Amino acid sequence: MRIFDPHIHMTSRTTDDYEAMYAAGVRALVEPAFWLGQPRTNVGSFTDYFDGLIGWERFRAAQFGIRHHCTIALNPKEANDPRCVEVLDVLPRYLAKDGVVAVGEVGYDSMTPEEDRVLARQLELAREHRLPVMVHTPHRDKLAGTRRTLDVVRESGLNPEMVVVDHLNEVTVELVADSGCWMGFSIYPDTKMDEHRMVEILRRYGPDRKLVNSAADWGRSDPLKTARTGEAMRDAGFAEHQVSTVLWDNPVAFYGQSGRLVLDPLPGFTGDAATFSGNSVLRGARPGTTSPSAEGSAV
Amino acid sequence: MTGQDQAETWLNEAVHRVTSGPTAVRSLFPAVGREVGRAALRPEEDPGGLVHGTVDDQARTLIVAALVAALEAEPEALARELRELYRYGDDAEKRGLLRGLAAVAGRAPDPADPVVAAGLLAVRDALRANDVRLVAAAMGPFAAAHLDDHSWRHGVLKCLFVEVPLAAVAELTRRTDPELLRMVADYAAERRAAGREVPADALALLATDEGRPPTSAADPGEGA
Repeated sequence: MRIFDPHIHMTSRTTDDYEAMYAAGVRALVEPAFWLGQPRTNVGSFTDYFDGLIGWERFRAAQFGIRHHCTIALNPKEANDPRCVEVLDVLPRYLAKDGVVAVGEVGYDSMTPEEDRVLARQLELAREHRLPVMVHTPHRDKLAGTRRTLDVVRESGLNPEMVVVDHLNEVTVELVADSGCWMGFSIYPDTKMDEHRMVEILRRYGPDRKLVNSAADWGRSDPLKTARTGEAMRDAGFAEHQVSTVLWDNPVAFYGQSGRLVLDPLPGFTGDAATFSGNSVLRGARPGTTSPSAEGSAV
Repeated sequence: MTGQDQAETWLNEAVHRVTSGPTAVRSLFPAVGREVGRAALRPEEDPGGLVHGTVDDQARTLIVAALVAALEAEPEALARELRELYRYGDDAEKRGLLRGLAAVAGRAPDPADPVVAAGLLAVRDALRANDVRLVAAAMGPFAAAHLDDHSWRHGVLKCLFVEVPLAAVAELTRRTDPELLRMVADYAAERRAAGREVPADALALLATDEGRPPTSAADPGEGA
């Protein structure tokens, strides 16, 4: 099973997770810019975070054979803090970067006028940079929030094929299916959506335009939920090519619209296993050798 | 046109644009990988491009050289562009800028020269990073010419720690001094005490001190 996790916050995860993900078949991922649990209070905190997404985290993933991409945006929660809104002015610099494959996560948290303004501006930026958009749907008042999101997307004039609306469930999937946007599902241990409910949705609506992600972050979450969904699909009688459509081809097709996906295997990593030909140059972390990330912190 | 022809055409055009209007570098620099590719230049011996760099490193080095030539008479403006390319660069852009500093390695070691100061700022930042490709790129000809002894020795030791081949360190032989050898000998002793392998590059460096030829395959001479 080859997996592309289209939404996972690796900054919050350990190297053990990277190893387990590689072993489960994850070869590429997208890390959307989002909030960090602790609110930020100035633009510098954002730029340091963005620099991590296009620098350190990309390198860290590569050590484990995984191609890392990201999306960049001011998230809806912090869009409400006037100290953070100035980050909109530095976004164009980041939206020009390699490996930045969408504007996101944008959308609504509490559906305030500030959130409206910031969402509209970022949809404009996506058009200017010809990038897809990743939209987060709110946890509270989700159905109304999803409706309002789709209205704003429609008004923006963006092609719905350039938009994924994420964190969907049984109640919101149909609205988004009708809009022409892509549908994202975050598979969580005990909230949002689980792999068995996901299989039911796939049975009912088909794999077309569906993205399945783990959305793993600093909360209770599981970076292997993409693989678990693939297994649940097999158990439910889906064919291998359908599993592959959902877990690889769809995210590649959606984010491929950026023209910036890099998916060739990393040097030293091929096929299903990490193999190095005994070369002394840059290696992935292996038992018994120096791990640049671990040892690097001490130098 | 083949992909390689297209890449060369794009790069020639990019160099031309930077020559006629240096600020064009700001939008060209992030696009390099998409236009010319990202493969290691010598994948067989150096799959990560730590020693010899990558295709995009090489292209960015040429673009930085064009920038340096275009702003030859304006050191303040050149320093500002170099600083900002590094500050706002992603991992690949930072690496390209560091390798591109070779174009200003020949400047006189004048602490008042803003170009040398900008280069040192980037090199020192990269040597604090945990991305080994930045560490490798930082230890090129510019660091060999301008980095102070203490920082340069720590750069070499960091290469040993994070498994950057010392072949990536420019002018290793010329700049190696007794203090570096003392540091490397202590490092080797610490590794042995912990029951860990001492890197071949460390042994080779220590062997030069004892008047024996290096036993490692890595050439500790003039690096890339």
